[in-house]
Amino acid sequence: MLARLVPILLGLIVMGAVLGIAALMLLALGQDWEDALLWILAAVMLGSGLLVVTMRDIIRCGLAMIVCFLALAGIYTLMGVPLLGAAQVIVYIGAISVLILFAIMLTQTKDAPSRLVFQTQAGVAAIAAVVFAVLIALAVTATDWGAAAKRVGISTNAMSKVLFRDFVFPFEIVSVLLLAAVIGGVFLAKREPGGPS
Amino acid sequence: MSDSLDTYLILSGILFAIGSFGFLARRNAISMLMSIELMLNAVNLAIVAFGVFGAGPDASAQGAVFALMVMAVAAAEATVGLAIVIAIYRNKKTPLVDEYDAMRQ
Repeated sequence: MLARLVPILLGLIVMGAVLGIAALMLLALGQDWEDALLWILAAVMLGSGLLVVTMRDIIRCGLAMIVCFLALAGIYTLMGVPLLGAAQVIVYIGAISVLILFAIMLTQTKDAPSRLVFQTQAGVAAIAAVVFAVLIALAVTATDWGAAAKRVGISTNAMSKVLFRDFVFPFEIVSVLLLAAVIGGVFLAKREPGGPS
Repeated sequence: MSDSLDTYLILSGILFAIGSFGFLARRNAISMLMSIELMLNAVNLAIVAFGVFGAGPDASAQGAVFALMVMAVAAAEATVGLAIVIAIYRNKKTPLVDEYDAMRQ
């Protein structure tokens, strides 16, 4: 019973902390709605991303990945690119996540969750990842981005003009790539006649 | 906070680090593919942020369109990657990558 309650309590505490900091930003620090929303979405995205790589049960990892993608779609919309947020929901949540969940169901054995989840190099990998994140943060804050100071929203109209005028050739190439991927996926996952079933 | 490029780039860097940790540390092949998806999303966020904070509406739209292309390529990658994992699973009966040692023997 206690072992069941601990993760729920932990989740509630984390959620309360995130929402509390958002409320603090709104009320005390005088920041606007966008900042508070970005903070909540970023916390959800990074938190569920961490859950994706650390949880034992791989089905739950897949569900956490959906939450992560959803939060990222919210961030895109907040940045002023609503079309990209919609594409994120359609492509990542609607297509890729479902594909991954199906692959999990096809490959999961009964004893998989109870066995060791991490490789032996997990500790080294964690240190490397933390060092990498710190390096990126330092480099980003140390760089002066010059003219890149003002944010401009992107209308769907402007995006479609660029997509179908300047990027028409890559657009067609992508369609060929998707066709090749469909054929390749069918070919690779196909059962060999007479092979191991 | 939401008006500075730094915020989005740091977010993207942290998400990429999480994804790379998952790729290096997990044993399950599908977990590794999920980590790759996280990394692709991080890169996408960085591209869109550079576009949105770039100079002029045309440059911004180019960033977003490039992110759309990355999404399509990610979909293709996920298809082929999962097909490969399923094909290997059918032969080896395990999704754990450290038991794929046919080329070591």
